[in-house]
Amino acid sequence: MKQTLKKIWQWVDERTGLAEMIGPQLTHLVPHDARWWYVFGSATLMCFSLQIVTGILLAFTYVPSGGQAYESLQYITNQQPFGNFLRAMHFYGSSAMILMAVIHMVQVFIFGSYKYPRELNWATGVMLLGMTIVMGFTGQMMRWDQDAVWTFVVAAEQAGRVPLIGGWLGKFIIGGDTEGGSTLTKFFAIHVFIVPGMILAFIGLHLQLVLKNGISEPPTPGKKVDPKTYREEYHQLMEKTGVPFWPDAAWRDAVFAIALLFAIMFCAWFFGPPALDDPPDPSLYNAIPVPDWYLMWYFAVLALMPPAIENVVMVFGPLLAGLLLLSLPFVSGTGERSWKRRPWAVASVLGGAVLIGVLWLAAVEHRWSPHFTEDPLPVEVVGATEGPVAEGAKIFHDRGCINCHRIEGHGGFRGPELTYVADKLGDSQLILRIANGGGAMPAFASIIHADEMAKLIAFLDTRKHEVKN
Amino acid sequence: MTEKTNHSPEPRVASPELLSRRAFLEKLMFVLSAIGTVAVSIPLLGYVLSPIIKRDPQVWRSVGKVDDFKVGTVTAVAFVDSQTLPWDGLTNKTGAWLRRDSDTEFIAFALTCTHLGCPVRWMGDAQLFMCPCHGGVYYKDGSVAAGPPPHPLPRFDVRINGDQVEIGTAPLMIQRG
Repeated sequence: MKQTLKKIWQWVDERTGLAEMIGPQLTHLVPHDARWWYVFGSATLMCFSLQIVTGILLAFTYVPSGGQAYESLQYITNQQPFGNFLRAMHFYGSSAMILMAVIHMVQVFIFGSYKYPRELNWATGVMLLGMTIVMGFTGQMMRWDQDAVWTFVVAAEQAGRVPLIGGWLGKFIIGGDTEGGSTLTKFFAIHVFIVPGMILAFIGLHLQLVLKNGISEPPTPGKKVDPKTYREEYHQLMEKTGVPFWPDAAWRDAVFAIALLFAIMFCAWFFGPPALDDPPDPSLYNAIPVPDWYLMWYFAVLALMPPAIENVVMVFGPLLAGLLLLSLPFVSGTGERSWKRRPWAVASVLGGAVLIGVLWLAAVEHRWSPHFTEDPLPVEVVGATEGPVAEGAKIFHDRGCINCHRIEGHGGFRGPELTYVADKLGDSQLILRIANGGGAMPAFASIIHADEMAKLIAFLDTRKHEVKN
Repeated sequence: MTEKTNHSPEPRVASPELLSRRAFLEKLMFVLSAIGTVAVSIPLLGYVLSPIIKRDPQVWRSVGKVDDFKVGTVTAVAFVDSQTLPWDGLTNKTGAWLRRDSDTEFIAFALTCTHLGCPVRWMGDAQLFMCPCHGGVYYKDGSVAAGPPPHPLPRFDVRINGDQVEIGTAPLMIQRG
């Protein structure tokens, strides 16, 4: 049996030259000390392969039609055997792919591996990260529910800020004057044909560059990259201490990739796919189109930046971020590689992580949004069941004050907390603020009538620290 | 006996005529490819960009009887878009907040916040439109009360036709930068 298989292989190989073609690439020499820090690129590739498989299988059932996508998603989720699991795999696979790509990029940056001769390894990697994020965003659109319908509107509105062609871009995104059957179909084609095709092409290029330039050796402090001597030194190093990629290095990639695969399967099995929201009816208004977790921090950027710079940030922000990343190896393509001698590199990674982390937390809480579903204040907070104070508390709820102002743990965060407002503001100051508004607060002069105002003030007057005698 | 091969037995001498012939053939390939690309691109681009160029005509859609709306109230209404496709399903609809100002006056606000297009909600008791995304707030006349929105809420055309309130369809109201 073994002999027969060997003969068949020899017959095929003699006619195709496969062994000659793949062998040297598979066994090319890599640094012997490139260990667990070097597994994130191949892990990203594993995620992408998984996305292709699960994506194609979802397309077996998914109907990319404005009218039926939602129903086909419900069928996949609720009726098809393993459909729920498959949707979840595709979701957690995409999450893992973005996570791995970012970790891979940070590792390459910290190790200074983007420097000569690997500038284009870095540049193609940045392009791949961009395409991966486009895949994530368009994938969220494929989840064709009420939130997705409004995500298209938000995307069109953002595109509308582009100078000159903004209106056309917006129209292109929603596929005409209004949303409809032609909105989803185009993005389906983009999500399953155009961008994956581009990613495949760029992965080919990226891997070709890895083979051509070799896997970078872990940096040694004080050993600087000099384009005149680097290639020769690298060659000598590999001849002396290099090990064949297959299997000496590849086993770590395999172990990590399989562990990651199991982590994705675990999440998919126990947490399931993102829930489907209400049906994709653009006339429903109870949607809160929020990006998936990896772009959540950007949601905070859009909410928190000053309106004056908004157009510039929305249009040029992503562009500038991309250009900054792309330009990195062309700005610092030589010299020191070790993070121990590159304090600014370490600081920028930490700074970036803290910035994104803080924005992300802010977006999760999104305190800038009014709370729409606050119950009336309970009696123990109000301290009265009838009379002007109780009525004032009711007005505080009914007129929407509670949506933005917090009292003893009840209410929104948009405006200042009012638990002890009477400590700071007297009646006339309160009335002035409520009537005139200002900043982020509407003017309530025409909304709250004089008698209601008196009750509301009566209630707010009780909001102070008790004076102990 | 001469060996049969696919290759010429000896490299040809690159005469000046041959070199200029090669240069010509290279140019020819470029020019032909360019012509082919342009020729095929025109209809393809036309196909892709047609949704941008096409403009749907305005049609009037009834959203209910005049008497269904009380003066001073704001009601969520839905109507079918101007142009529809057989596979639109639910997506052929657009919503609006319809406000009856007096016996004869109606205002129809778009749902789309002018900040980034999230759907605003009418808070009846507070007499405010609030956006769930970034904290935009509008007064009952659609003017900005608070938050990031740069413009008042956009409006649809409204008319009374017999006993029906009708809204004029309009493209998605994209705010220009």
